[in-house]
Amino acid sequence: MIRFIVRRLLQSVPLLLVISLLIFALIHAAPGGPLSTYLENPNVRPEDIERLRKAMGLDQPLGVQYLAWLRAFVQGDWGFSYADGRPVLDRLVERIPATLELIGVACVMALLAALPVGIISAINHRFDRVSSLFAVAGISLPVFWFGLLLQLVFAGALGWLPSSGRASFDGGDFTDRVAHLILPATVLAAALSAAWSRYLRRAMRDTVARPFIRAARSRGLSERTLLLHHALPNALPTFVTVVLLDISMMASGAVVTESIFAWPGIGSLFTEALAKRDYAVLMAFLMCGSIAVMVLNLVADLAVHALDPRTRDAS
Amino acid sequence: MSTSTVTAAPATRAPRIAGTLLGLLLVGAALAPLLAPYAVDALDLGNRRAAPSMRHWFGTDELGRDVLTRVLFGARVSLAIGLVSALVSAAIGAAVGSIAGYAGRVADDVLMRITDAMLAIPRLPLLMIAAAVLQPSVPVLVLLVGLAGWMETARVVRAEVLSLAARDFVSAARAIGASPARVVLRHVLPGVLPAAAVATTLAVGRGILLESALSFFGVGVQPPTASWGNMLYQAQTTMTSEPWLAIFPGAMIFLTVLACNAVGDAIGAAKS
Repeated sequence: MIRFIVRRLLQSVPLLLVISLLIFALIHAAPGGPLSTYLENPNVRPEDIERLRKAMGLDQPLGVQYLAWLRAFVQGDWGFSYADGRPVLDRLVERIPATLELIGVACVMALLAALPVGIISAINHRFDRVSSLFAVAGISLPVFWFGLLLQLVFAGALGWLPSSGRASFDGGDFTDRVAHLILPATVLAAALSAAWSRYLRRAMRDTVARPFIRAARSRGLSERTLLLHHALPNALPTFVTVVLLDISMMASGAVVTESIFAWPGIGSLFTEALAKRDYAVLMAFLMCGSIAVMVLNLVADLAVHALDPRTRDAS
Repeated sequence: MSTSTVTAAPATRAPRIAGTLLGLLLVGAALAPLLAPYAVDALDLGNRRAAPSMRHWFGTDELGRDVLTRVLFGARVSLAIGLVSALVSAAIGAAVGSIAGYAGRVADDVLMRITDAMLAIPRLPLLMIAAAVLQPSVPVLVLLVGLAGWMETARVVRAEVLSLAARDFVSAARAIGASPARVVLRHVLPGVLPAAAVATTLAVGRGILLESALSFFGVGVQPPTASWGNMLYQAQTTMTSEPWLAIFPGAMIFLTVLACNAVGDAIGAAKS
């Protein structure tokens, strides 16, 4: 087991190198390089820019710059935000709790919806047709538009819920925080629950069609036992894998949702940094997003190990 | 990733309705100058910010431009970006996937590592940075969206090529001396077509979503050119007083992507 984890971690090193190279190349492809904001600012003199270029090592060859950046990044020195001069790492870390809160609640909501819907769709044809329609709709829904509509109806017309932020100005009590969470979490959960109910439905269908289910049925087990105790445990490994992989891809959804609802997480840090061309923050964001994908990939493999006894001997 | 493994309802009328809808959208976009009730930049200054009415079915914006007209012209931009970027993705994905699958060994390892790397980088944020940095024209934007979306196709094509390359007719073609390029192009790729078609149809929907998201953040299609995404971007601030400015373009994005996904799923279901 430990050997498996170590091997996977070692395999991910070259992948991370490729990713960092791609991201680094993109940032430095910018006309004017990372200092382009200063180039557009009439108050910054050319000699200041020259001085900054030297100070930041931007006059060095790209290869040297990349290696220097990589060494610093690995050591936890992620540079300073161009916008306010604070360490990038600090800026990211202070935003993480809000994002985890949002994504966590959205995932729980999505699971609560997807589990029953996925299971029932696998066995009930009529229910399946209705839920399929909703699922395809949920997957196709543009996140930003759905967010705007929810704001329009529940915050605007009905006035039931706050339209943005994580809490009211005074900090807010528990109910105030929950009220702020509902709309953004619903937006994120909608697409997830649609996709997840489909995955589960398919995994359940594949399982129900297998001979051991027929054998169990011929032994006279109730449909309920059949589904929940025989089919579900077998469908679970596939389902858990896709769920974890989907969660790992939440960076895009978080960027959109957080900026619509002014949720003070990493996603809105990204849009703020983009507006200011704060390249140090942008690079760190992309690296963190990619690392999250790879870590959750590993977690997914470990989860399958834990859930499916057949895979345990194989490694 | 989240859409590609999702299957739609079993055979219903949905695919046909979706196909018809896509056809209508394409015709509407192509004939926009004929169909649109007003000229694309005609100002009706007496009727600024007007709610939907018989005169302006979808209402008007802050300059008195007809929203229905702009939605029709926006369809041209949005659909073109979705379709062409999907073709770009399909071309790159087919090339990468067939080389990796057929050449194997080092080429396979290198190409698939790059594919994995590209899949791990968050797609929308990456595109947002690229678009903000390059400030692309519409053709460059198409290229960017296409460059960000080939990985799924590459994986699908590679898997299909691997299974096809092991079949007898491929060894037969090789045995009579066909070059690797000929074997791939004439014998293997035609068999990959159905799977690649599904991936490409789904990529059309994804491309439209990506374009609209980029434009929604102000880094995609730039005004005065209308795209569904930048109409939403402009509508955002006046959402409560003039909701029609956001409702109609967003509904168009939703319907188009829905239709693409339904058609893609139907092709996928018919294939298996």
